[in-house]
Amino acid sequence: MTQMADAVHPTSHAAVPHGDAHAHGHHPNLEHHFDSLTQQFDAGKLGMWLFLATEVLLFGGLFCAYAIFRRNHPEVFMYAHQFLDTTWGAINTVVLLVSSFTMAWAVTASQRGQRHLTSILLALTFLGGVGFMVIKAVEYSHKFHDGLMWGVHYDPAKHEHGHGHNGAHGAAATAAHGAADHAAPADHGTAGAAATAAPAASTHPEATTSVHAPETSGQPAATGAEAADLPPERAPLEPSQVALAPAGPAGLHTGGHDLHGPRPDNVHWFFGVYFTMTGLHGLHVLAGMAVIGWLFVRSVRGDFSADYFTPVDLGGLYWHLVDLIWIFLFPLLYLIH
Amino acid sequence: MSHGSHSDGHANGHGVGHIVPVGLQFGILMLLLVLTYVTVAARWIDLGPLNIWIAMLIATVKAAFVVLYFMHLRYDRPFNSIIFIGSLLFVALFVCLALADTVTNKPRMWGGPAPAVAEIQKPAPATP
Repeated sequence: MTQMADAVHPTSHAAVPHGDAHAHGHHPNLEHHFDSLTQQFDAGKLGMWLFLATEVLLFGGLFCAYAIFRRNHPEVFMYAHQFLDTTWGAINTVVLLVSSFTMAWAVTASQRGQRHLTSILLALTFLGGVGFMVIKAVEYSHKFHDGLMWGVHYDPAKHEHGHGHNGAHGAAATAAHGAADHAAPADHGTAGAAATAAPAASTHPEATTSVHAPETSGQPAATGAEAADLPPERAPLEPSQVALAPAGPAGLHTGGHDLHGPRPDNVHWFFGVYFTMTGLHGLHVLAGMAVIGWLFVRSVRGDFSADYFTPVDLGGLYWHLVDLIWIFLFPLLYLIH
Repeated sequence: MSHGSHSDGHANGHGVGHIVPVGLQFGILMLLLVLTYVTVAARWIDLGPLNIWIAMLIATVKAAFVVLYFMHLRYDRPFNSIIFIGSLLFVALFVCLALADTVTNKPRMWGGPAPAVAEIQKPAPATP
């Protein structure tokens, strides 16, 4: 066969004009190093699946980290997942599933040579990605605002202390504790420590609100002194003042699911896992949107036909993988029971 | 898997690849949406430690439909399935071995929050 000869001697092929010299015509989309469109298509698919396997392994590491964190600290996950909005998570799941469908439809349309339908469906898929990222941005901005973040940036107090006197009380206790540290060598009793703490606190620049606490009554002073006995990170085991996310989509909410107990230690771990996993997934969504945008341009340009739709197919595979990962992320992060 | 012999003259006459009808794909989408509703609704049923396994089972079923139909793996070359399932097996191996360590070492670790560094570094009670 001439094509076999061309595969062995590619230079000889270069001299021959396309199409003319071949028995069954040379397809303009067939690269010279492939025998046939089918071989080219299969090779492309094989490469794409190999790439998807590496993507599975990449996210596999994160799922492994999730499993270990959750196994070691179930209380952190039980508590912290309440701050994720299940409604938005479910809506995003639906958005990704629908965009996966429009992508699969786009592949079918391009296989049938329906150029305009392919372009429309690619545009719809792209819009699905936009919708997903907008919802994700809304969720992230709420987390940032409430101080629900990773590591040392986890600071729900940033939000809590903005709410009236409950927060002010906590601040007073902390300030009294700091003052009691200065008075520690005196080693007084409970009341004595508070009395010593009050003048010391007045010299502290940030303690102007806390001085009022010992003056009004003896009770807050005792509370401050008790807090002083505890390490600062253990003391405020009060329920969080950050508003919980709504529970479940409308219609599913059965009400009364108030699991909102005292805050365990190390809640920041959950948000570290959350931001790492959803962040990497979000980057994949952006990459997928870039690919789909490029496919859209090529589709409008008329690059694809029933004989040559491999880029649409491979881009679709990537988009479906992004959907696939979200299918697991959604229950693992939002639906913890 | 149904394609024993590929050739240029494809069985369905549409060039390369297998065409999955839009109707079938729409049916898969409806199924996926129903399963999403089920997995959200299943949260309200308290089955203790079974809950996460049910959620993972539903997610796996959803993923299987996406892979088989949206990603055409059912109609694809079997070797692509081997690659994909192989990657899943390696992830499972990774997670299981890591979790095996976490689970079996649990009794030797501190229950609850770890003690503060100062408590660990505190010299042991004076031994006679």
